[in-house]
Amino acid sequence: MERTDDYMKRRIRILVAKPALDGHDRGVLVLAKAFRDAGMEVLYAGLLPTPENVARIAVDEDVDVVALSLHNSAHLSAFPEVKKWLKKLGASDIQVVGGGIIPPADRAKLEKQGITGNFGPGTPLELVIEHVRKVAKKKWEMDQ
Amino acid sequence: MPDKYRTKKAYRPQMEIKDSGERTNSSGIRLKDYYSPGDFKGDYASDLANPGEYPYTRGIHKDMYRGKLWTMRMFSGFGTPEDTNGRLKLLLSHGETGLSVAFDMPTLYGLDANSERAHGEVGKCGVNVSSLKDMEIILKGIPLDKVSTSMTINAPANILTAMYAVVGEKGGVSKRELAGTVQADILKEYIAQKEWIYPPEAHMRIIRDMMVYCTNNMPKWNYISISGYHIREAGASAVQELAFTLADGFEYVKMGVQNGLDVDSFAPRLSFFFNSSINFFEEIAKFRAARRIWAREMRETYGAKNERSMKLRFHTQTSGYSLTWQQPLNNIVRTSIEAMAAVLGGTQSLHTNSYDEAWALPSEQAVEVALRTQQILAYETGIPDVIDPLGGSYYIESLTDKMEEEAYKYFKTINGMGGVVSAIKNGYLQREIAATAYAHQRRVESGEMKIVGVNAFTKENEQPINVLKIDLNAERVQRKRLDEVKLRRSNSRVQKSLERLREVYSNDDNSMETIIEAVKCYATLEEITNVGREVFGGWKEPTII
Repeated sequence: MERTDDYMKRRIRILVAKPALDGHDRGVLVLAKAFRDAGMEVLYAGLLPTPENVARIAVDEDVDVVALSLHNSAHLSAFPEVKKWLKKLGASDIQVVGGGIIPPADRAKLEKQGITGNFGPGTPLELVIEHVRKVAKKKWEMDQ
Repeated sequence: MPDKYRTKKAYRPQMEIKDSGERTNSSGIRLKDYYSPGDFKGDYASDLANPGEYPYTRGIHKDMYRGKLWTMRMFSGFGTPEDTNGRLKLLLSHGETGLSVAFDMPTLYGLDANSERAHGEVGKCGVNVSSLKDMEIILKGIPLDKVSTSMTINAPANILTAMYAVVGEKGGVSKRELAGTVQADILKEYIAQKEWIYPPEAHMRIIRDMMVYCTNNMPKWNYISISGYHIREAGASAVQELAFTLADGFEYVKMGVQNGLDVDSFAPRLSFFFNSSINFFEEIAKFRAARRIWAREMRETYGAKNERSMKLRFHTQTSGYSLTWQQPLNNIVRTSIEAMAAVLGGTQSLHTNSYDEAWALPSEQAVEVALRTQQILAYETGIPDVIDPLGGSYYIESLTDKMEEEAYKYFKTINGMGGVVSAIKNGYLQREIAATAYAHQRRVESGEMKIVGVNAFTKENEQPINVLKIDLNAERVQRKRLDEVKLRRSNSRVQKSLERLREVYSNDDNSMETIIEAVKCYATLEEITNVGREVFGGWKEPTII
């Protein structure tokens, strides 16, 4: 592909998902609507997908970013599991962003494993959107 | 710890927001500057009446808290059954008068500790129960003939009820004596909390089995707690919580009647569970409206003759959603106000949230403060001394009427769709809630709605607080115990009981006795739910967004 800066202008494709046994979907649905209003193409993995399911949907749908939300304290095992599956499927470039009830002490642990954001309750949507845009650009640059 | 994601610059400075002078509550009801006699159009005798008199707007008992304070029931449960047993005993020693058990996600979804899907979740959000053995440990040394236990369990509530009954029996307390509640309100699971195993019809049929069985055999067991709590937490307004919860309640009543039960034989055991959020007067009005609607519908529409069928009893929990991660000690104040609304609204029992719950599961210290909040309300403030002290307030009465009116609009819409199950299957109820949640978030984003510490009066550096550490061994302990249980039990007896359950499920017979038998021989939670999975199949939610 000819290298132009146009790739930076395309719409972000984002998959929002709760990759564990967690039905608390208020946050994820609010985010899905907010991402859509921010001009992104939003896919929702529905409830109760496994981390593998989420990674497969992300790859099949060719998304730029996977936004994960959990309120059930399973983030330390489930988020890295999604990341692991993406790698296994040869899609390490897909960016993984986390959020939910995440104790501050866990954020560094997630960051270290390549999961960024890790936003807690009360985070302004604007900040989350800004972060998603930033990591999507990072992915596009990687893909070039 | 400085937090780069929570700087105040992301929210518009509050001074920029012009005050339009308009005031609305969570339900979008526009509020007047003040209320006067013309705003209450009702009739005292028929719309309010004295406490303990139909339609119970002012309370279901003549003496309310003068006769008996509300039950201080703190929801707890985490880690291994031993951990939870210890926490329950601690709460009893602090003067708590009713137990309430939280279960972990695998248990809520009917999966065992050694299920692949349970990995990382065992004992995290509550206690893990994979077999009768775990329930025996949780309840060890607790006098089941003296305390009542509430179990927050829905999809597998029939199995947990069976376990409780078996533990009671082994300890010499008969089923007829056991007092307690299982939540078992599956309709609100599809609407809001989304912890289901089978399709709606299958779960409704299981509730029917519990309803019929408990009505005849466990008269002190509340086999269902019709819950608005989760509907509210998922984003609903106070009016939506009121309307959707009562609509669910009527659905269960219809089911009981359709299955040949006399309405007065089972309705007295139906109880409710509401949220108390931060908009003080709106919450109080909601509780009062709920009592009036329930009483009238039960008498007029469903033909109840027993007063107890008409009296809406409810448990309240303060709003988890209203708690903020930022400046967590402020949550003690929020919870106090919400608890006060619940008491002024006439609740029968109350759970107060802990200030650290936007961070993690509550620590012992935080739980103690939450319980003390209720004790201060009960013993120091004088609030419980006079029943329904806000009754007759022009504002409260006008708001109560308005909440009722708005709820009936929703009943009409839901009935027009063919009832609650249809309104779940077409996604209407879920979409209504998601829309309200998003609108709320937008108001917070714009600064129109202020949340102290979040988008107003923020601090740059949040100091971390001490939070409960969950023993990561819970998963290992529970898996090991489950292996031992499977080694010791008679596998042929288990297989036979599961075969029998398959027949009972397929033939649409009452399943409770069979489940009790399966539990008794230590069939595991997942083994029992798997029979249902094979017979009924699973469930996929309609598209919500």
